[in-house]
Amino acid sequence: MSLLSVENLVVRHGLLQAVRGVSFTVQRGETLALVGANGAGKTTLLRAIAGAHQPAAGRVLLNGADLSSVPSHKRVGMGIALVPEGRKLFVQMTVEENLLLGKTAGRAGDWSVSKVLEMFPNLKPRRHAKTGHLSGGEQQATAIGRALMSNPDVLLLDEVSLGLSPLIVDRVYAALQGLIASGTTIVLVEQDLNRALSVSDRVICMLEGRVALEGPSNAVSRDDVTKAYFGLHRKSPGSVPA
Amino acid sequence: MSNQIVQGILLGGYYALIACGLSFMFSVMRIINLAHGSLAVFAAFALWWLASRFHVSPFVGLLIVLPLMAAIGWALQRFLLERSARGGALLPILTTFGLAIVIDNMLFEQFGADTRSLAPYIGSLSYDSWEWPGSIYVGKLAVIMFATAVILLGGLQLFLTRTRLGRSIRATSEDPDTAGLVGVDARRANAIAAAIAMVTVGLAGAFLGMRATFDPYAGAPQLLFAFEAAVIGGAGSLWGTLVGGIVLALAQTLGAQVHPQGFLIGGHAVFLVVLFVRLSTSGLGLRGLLRLPSRSAS
Repeated sequence: MSLLSVENLVVRHGLLQAVRGVSFTVQRGETLALVGANGAGKTTLLRAIAGAHQPAAGRVLLNGADLSSVPSHKRVGMGIALVPEGRKLFVQMTVEENLLLGKTAGRAGDWSVSKVLEMFPNLKPRRHAKTGHLSGGEQQATAIGRALMSNPDVLLLDEVSLGLSPLIVDRVYAALQGLIASGTTIVLVEQDLNRALSVSDRVICMLEGRVALEGPSNAVSRDDVTKAYFGLHRKSPGSVPA
Repeated sequence: MSNQIVQGILLGGYYALIACGLSFMFSVMRIINLAHGSLAVFAAFALWWLASRFHVSPFVGLLIVLPLMAAIGWALQRFLLERSARGGALLPILTTFGLAIVIDNMLFEQFGADTRSLAPYIGSLSYDSWEWPGSIYVGKLAVIMFATAVILLGGLQLFLTRTRLGRSIRATSEDPDTAGLVGVDARRANAIAAAIAMVTVGLAGAFLGMRATFDPYAGAPQLLFAFEAAVIGGAGSLWGTLVGGIVLALAQTLGAQVHPQGFLIGGHAVFLVVLFVRLSTSGLGLRGLLRLPSRSAS
């Protein structure tokens, strides 16, 4: 059984259909990259999986359990954690308080404040600083740490490199490589194709709310994804047609 | 003069108590509860009823009334305020305005227009005082009110910063949608915050009844004092509420020294000065007016 299944998911923002019948599965320990242009529906899809958007049709299953009527806070308790686009930290609270909030769902697991600080040593001296005073990289590390504190089965990462300097992105991705190596299941939304392809097992390229290309990352070329990205080419060697 | 300053500071404790619930509800749920004063009077009537009917001391009566107020707060949030908040910022104001009218008239129908007081039920505490050096007499009840305000505000501060539930309430206050994404049940956090706010309202109502008289329509001036103290001190800070209460009470006490009618005018004058300064520096928004921190999360 797949750890996460998305079946014919449709999500609307008012009259706009942001996600149009998307289906895919994620196996335990797998890293899936979702790529696509701005407005392709990646963030909406991720937020719908996390329970922040109510789908108009279709369903999300975790370990076979239908999450359709499960609110977002309960999904965290079931094992889904989202690192939202723009970090969305609680800026009036300290790094430690943000991290401890990740424990609210009370899910058992290894992650603790000290383990997060070991993973992101740059946060150690900033532990008691309000997150509104942190650099972008420190904020991103806190956001990832906060999600990990809920001991998730599936970690949803939305644009973790957005707005960060290349050096900081390298550090964030080094930490992600560690998570991937430890067997964490990840769904990653990323604009940087090279990074997305290099860390993921499988890639899905979205276009106008639909899956335009899907395939193993090592069998899909950057050129294939780029064509799917712009809607120029919907099939490529090694890919599964959408 | 030093006597007036001491009396003003102690009276500030009462204003901090009455303002605490108002600013707490606004800072967490962004709801201006216009029924705040009426709910305090409701609590005072509940204590008076227990005392006059069953001879229950108002201090013992708090053991019944405070849980009742918590339950009312929880139910209000869950069944009334939460729904009205979905209709925009104005609807909860109208809803709580209507609620205040309902409470006032319900109390009038039940208890009539007579003024009541809890003073007869607390023995000599309502008028006993200590003499301090310099011929300063401080009422025991006023000291108890001030100490209660400090303990309550300090306790709330500790609760919000040191407990998981407190952090959940702060997270919900800052960004309810993101709070849900980290596992916080924002509805529950808001309902608990409303229950806590109503407990503070119950305490304020008890002290209102002990230090003065009240009638079914006494809620409006209490709401006004609470609002003035909250604006002066800034609703985003619990200790600011204490400072706001003290500043308001000092202005009233000193105003009364200038002119017999100066008690209320002194308070209103300071409130208006703070209001104009706040508006000129922070713009016309309620957030700036009440000195609330930014809600943006990244």
